[in-house]
Amino acid sequence: MKAGTNLEKVLESGMFAVTAEAGPPKGTSAAVMQRKGEALRHCCDAANVTDNQTAIVRMSSLAGCVLLKQQGVDPVMQIVCRDRNRIAIQSDVLGAIALGIGNILCLSGDHQKFGNHPTAKNVFDIDSIQLIQALKNMRDEKKFLCDEEVSGEVPMFIGAAANPYADPFEFRLTRLAKKVKAGADFIQTQAVYDIAKFAKWMKMVTDRGLDKETHILAGVIPIKSAGMARYMRDYVSGVSVPDEIVSRMEQAKETKEEGVRLAVEIIEQLKEIPGIHGVHIMAVGWEDIVPEIVEQAGLLPRPVL
Amino acid sequence: MKTITAQKPFEELSEALSGAERIYVVGCGTCATMLHTGGKSEVLDMKEKLEAAGKKVTGWMVIPTACDELSKDALGESIQEIEQADCILVMACAFGVQTVSLYSDKPVYPALNTLFVGKEETPGHFIEVCMQCGNCILARTAGICPLVRCAKSLLNGPCGGSVDGKCEVSPDIPCAWQIIYDRLAALGQLDKLEEIVPIRDWSTSREGGPRTIIISD
Repeated sequence: MKAGTNLEKVLESGMFAVTAEAGPPKGTSAAVMQRKGEALRHCCDAANVTDNQTAIVRMSSLAGCVLLKQQGVDPVMQIVCRDRNRIAIQSDVLGAIALGIGNILCLSGDHQKFGNHPTAKNVFDIDSIQLIQALKNMRDEKKFLCDEEVSGEVPMFIGAAANPYADPFEFRLTRLAKKVKAGADFIQTQAVYDIAKFAKWMKMVTDRGLDKETHILAGVIPIKSAGMARYMRDYVSGVSVPDEIVSRMEQAKETKEEGVRLAVEIIEQLKEIPGIHGVHIMAVGWEDIVPEIVEQAGLLPRPVL
Repeated sequence: MKTITAQKPFEELSEALSGAERIYVVGCGTCATMLHTGGKSEVLDMKEKLEAAGKKVTGWMVIPTACDELSKDALGESIQEIEQADCILVMACAFGVQTVSLYSDKPVYPALNTLFVGKEETPGHFIEVCMQCGNCILARTAGICPLVRCAKSLLNGPCGGSVDGKCEVSPDIPCAWQIIYDRLAALGQLDKLEEIVPIRDWSTSREGGPRTIIISD
């Protein structure tokens, strides 16, 4: 075991894993995170806490992770390269481990242009692949980036993202391979709606044997309304929502129920794709719905290991 | 290679010049003239605007190359008009502004924002190509710099926001890494993208006060 987190145990046991996402509040309320933790505790193996997602200032991922952990949820701390340099990132990692956080997900980060501080200076001292490598080095060699020794144990289960819908398509396999080579123990993908394209990518992944070197969890974003479907199709870069899904949501009488059905159907199809080790459900601002989706997808109860 | 500039909004200049009654205006005959930000006609426009705002323009000149040492002599030739002014407004890049500051004891104000060092791709269309980071990686990237052309300065290939050759930041921005990818493919060098580019040494960039170098014979 690299970190011995619940997520690592579930994935290493070969079971189909379920992770969820808990976005921290734009404020100081611990209760908001506690409620999300309460909602997610029994229906997922771990929950990601986003790091100022879409460049909007929110409670720090580290603090959110601690609050989730207190609720009995195994947290995944997301770190983006946009806001911190190598000094701050390594420092946060030490703090996270000291506080019992073992899963860390490495991301580039959405550009600050999309957020609520578009005039901020970005950092990008290191990129997401270099970050994975840096964390692996801290864990396995007990070394900081400067080569000095880290004191104490550095247990970490290192994650990264992958987006098969971004371009150039052929490079998406290369990028995943680089992340695995850098040290990614698990991968959470961008939301899947276009199953055929995802399956095509996964075929390339399994042909290259990457599913044997890392655990791949497919991303699922439940759609709450037709407006959300249209917005995701038209404005969210790197997400591919087929027109059929938009019209299905437009024609639905009960859109929330339809959104749940759609998410469940997607999960059912993802389970059948070779090389997929779990799903990552990102119900942004709709965390309450996750237990229902997981239950209907036949993924309850979650294992106790 | 040119220093690319843009005029500051006149309101910003008015505020900076609020304490000055008499102003001497300096333009530049090189980059700022080519960019139409600080050539003769822009200097004359500025003179008119300043006068319309109730200022007195004691004189003006367009120095052939404001960043050059010869600016000292040029300023010397108009010393009387400059002496009458409360300040000098320089319509040149930051190099020009700092050179004028060096050779005059009047307060010096920039009229332009210095944007980047760039080249003219098509007439009138300038693009940044080098951020002068001091640690060139173009050998890995098919001669295209991701540090300036990628919105996140990524070193290991395009992020998940690259779609149809465009950057997630704007459909008007080509994804630098798509361009690099296509060029490497054409060169038969896609294997270069398999390597993990190591963490950079930014100390050559901007992390220790002004960068200096001494070239010995």
